[in-house]
Amino acid sequence: MANVFATIGNWVNERAPGLMPVYRKHMTEYYAPKNFNFWYYFGVLAIVVLVNQILTGIFLTMNYKPSAAEAFASVEYIMRDVEWGWLIRYMHSTGASLFFVVIYLHMFRGLMYGSFKKPRELVWLLGMLIFLVLMAEAFMGYVLPWGNMSFWGAKVIISLFGTIPYIGDSLVEWIMGDYLPADATLNRFFALHVIALPLVLLLLVVLHIFALHEVGSNNPDGVEIKKGPKGNRWSPDKPADGIPFHPYYTVHDIVGVGFFLLIAAFIIFYAPTFGGWFLEHDNFLPANNLATPTHIKPVWYFTPFYAILRMVPSFFGTAIWGVLAMFGAIVLLFLLPWIDAGKVKSVRYRGLGFKVALGLFALSFIMLAAVGAGVTAELIPEWFGADADATFIENLFGRIWTAVYFGFFVFLWFYSRGMEKTKPVPERVTMHE
Amino acid sequence: MNKSTTLLAGKAMFIKFAAALTMGLALFGSAQASEEGGLQPANIRLDDAASMQRGARLFFNYCSGCHSLQYLRYSRMAEDLHLDPKDVENNLIFTGAKLGDHAVSNMPAADAAKWFGKAPPDLSLEARSKGSDWIYNYLKSFYLDPTRPLGWNNTVFENASMPNALWELQGLQSAVRKAGEGGHEGTIERLEVTTPGRQSGEAFDRSVRDITAFLQYAGEPAALKRESMGVWVLLYLALFTLIAWFLNREFWKDVH
Amino acid sequence: MANDAVVDKSRRRFLTATTAVVGGAGAVLAAIPFVKSWEPSARAKSAGAPVLADISKIEPGQKVTFEWRGLPVFVVNRTKAQLDALAGEDARLRDPKSENTAQQPAYAQNEARSIKPEWLVIVGICTHLGCVPDFFPELKPEPFDPNWKGGFYCPCHKSRYDMAGRVFEGVPAPANLAVPKYHFVDDAHILIGVDPEGKA
Repeated sequence: MANVFATIGNWVNERAPGLMPVYRKHMTEYYAPKNFNFWYYFGVLAIVVLVNQILTGIFLTMNYKPSAAEAFASVEYIMRDVEWGWLIRYMHSTGASLFFVVIYLHMFRGLMYGSFKKPRELVWLLGMLIFLVLMAEAFMGYVLPWGNMSFWGAKVIISLFGTIPYIGDSLVEWIMGDYLPADATLNRFFALHVIALPLVLLLLVVLHIFALHEVGSNNPDGVEIKKGPKGNRWSPDKPADGIPFHPYYTVHDIVGVGFFLLIAAFIIFYAPTFGGWFLEHDNFLPANNLATPTHIKPVWYFTPFYAILRMVPSFFGTAIWGVLAMFGAIVLLFLLPWIDAGKVKSVRYRGLGFKVALGLFALSFIMLAAVGAGVTAELIPEWFGADADATFIENLFGRIWTAVYFGFFVFLWFYSRGMEKTKPVPERVTMHE
Repeated sequence: MNKSTTLLAGKAMFIKFAAALTMGLALFGSAQASEEGGLQPANIRLDDAASMQRGARLFFNYCSGCHSLQYLRYSRMAEDLHLDPKDVENNLIFTGAKLGDHAVSNMPAADAAKWFGKAPPDLSLEARSKGSDWIYNYLKSFYLDPTRPLGWNNTVFENASMPNALWELQGLQSAVRKAGEGGHEGTIERLEVTTPGRQSGEAFDRSVRDITAFLQYAGEPAALKRESMGVWVLLYLALFTLIAWFLNREFWKDVH
Repeated sequence: MANDAVVDKSRRRFLTATTAVVGGAGAVLAAIPFVKSWEPSARAKSAGAPVLADISKIEPGQKVTFEWRGLPVFVVNRTKAQLDALAGEDARLRDPKSENTAQQPAYAQNEARSIKPEWLVIVGICTHLGCVPDFFPELKPEPFDPNWKGGFYCPCHKSRYDMAGRVFEGVPAPANLAVPKYHFVDDAHILIGVDPEGKA
């Protein structure tokens, strides 16, 4: 058997001598810092979820009907009539939410340990592009079941483009191919969701990983292992603080993936709607262009950005400021490598100001999510009494956290340019048990 | 830089993050709870086949004249609820449909709109969009209200166009109001059965619970299989993760 | 490389193999739902449910076609003359005794290939390439066979079958027309797709 593999290997190698070095570079001879911690699972988990989405997505397209008349019923057909269709659908819907859980934690890791800093700016930019495409992909996928939340979500999100001066209204019609989200909209979103965006996503993911492997992974200490001493038990000329990705991080990641699948399976089998957060109650009603759901809000992973949109008021007769703020919230993340001028990467050795600012930033994200999801709107009457001015309190709360979100970037600009008192960074990576 | 300081920094960051996350989740959780506020729990069980069977009989006798379950096949229901297909054909199908057909009501939509003001909604996914507690409370909360076109109103869903289909069982309920001010009617304090029906209060609660359980089932027939097989998937994944953890520990002996 | 001495190679091999086997088994199990999702859905099964055929209006010598699982099922009320002619054909047939058991249930493995001799119930799909054969019921010379005693003739590649759906020698079709599962509910109705009670 081994002989057969060797023969096939040689046969391929003779004809494509460039393949083996690629495999070595990205797998067996990719040297990663040996001090990865918990936060370093989320990259591989994102790949696992991506594969899951593609696989289950392909099988969903086999029974889904992308037409306004049939879409909703075809989803129920998958849930009831197709053998195991319910499992495939729940794997896809749960995967969508977990994708964002994983990606947000992956991004937070990058913020904590300075993985966006030189020389990894390109890795960060490609990652942000993935995030952007992923949001478009998720939004369009959310529209496909053609439930009432799908319909109104589509209407509200597409309407954002209507705030663009002069061209807004005709742009909205062009996107929808109709005067409201309709059959044409659903059909084109289907095309984009199942083929166009996944292709872009896959390409970006490959580039993200290639770009990473050019510069090498960062680590919780923010120490460049390539600049450290050479020689380890596997190779005399590789970084002393590095270990081959395979087998060490392979076996490491298998454990992480197993644990992750355990959580995912629990949700899929015992809480597939996750109390209405992953699959919303109102989306079990078919799309109805004459009745807006009482609690109209985007699905949870968009809520922080949606909150920023809502918290910025209209003035000068246009609502574009909220839209600009929302996109600005993402653009600022793109620019992070240039906003943060600090030389020290890891939060472990950065100044107290950075630690506090980062904590507040993460908190603002969660608080804005609560505002965007309508959690605060429900809690305010409970906490402040039914007579309280709910809109005023919510706006005050939401605007404070919006200010914290943007304040993080402003603070970081100044703080990292001279105010920060960093701790000394060790020469070598440190191992924690 | 010594080890313990960096360790502390890492831990502190994690604690901070975890605290923020917990706070956030607590916020979401309490909102979730308040959403259900004011409703009695339906306390249905999907492993109680007898309850769902009774619910199916009640549904097809009292509800299916107007309401469809357009995504539920009679044959699937018979299989899942352990009902004899012959029994379903003879006693539950009133529309001349075949066993493999969807449970679609015979009421013409146009007539329904004329009678009730709007066509009675399909109930296939009612339990998924409204929740079982809502259905349970709604079905118990009809009361006589001469101001409504059909003489019925409901405290859970105000001005519902549906009459109380279960009045034979429940009897007739009337609203007991608080004293009103300035000629206005007071708010409803509670509902009271003024003319008894065929069932006692307790028996009626059970009937409504059975219908609710059946509608919960009808909303997601796959839930029965999902919940029964999930345990095995979780056990397998736990075993796999454990083995992988041993494997990982073995290899990482090399790394110092 | 001093550390190599402490590596327990056999333990590593064992753990690697165990993880691979358990993981592989899980992958195979996980593939099952995806494979099974291609099986006929509840909708397809419902559409392919048994068909109740009313045969009370079928005159002797007449053929009525019912649709079952998308297939044409011929129900023929055979005349005495047509039935009598079945006996004399054996020499010209490929499988006169219906020995190919895949082509009919055991209860239809007889000369008339039916439960009640006069009633022929047969899937009207030529066993050659799946065309629908034409019905030529009369016992008279036909352009394709001067000794024709009634039966089915496939327009696609000239395969011929007798009044019991038995295939003739020397035609492209390899087997007799298939008899579906069916049974008589009463004298006026047959249920296509379900065996008679007690017979599988």
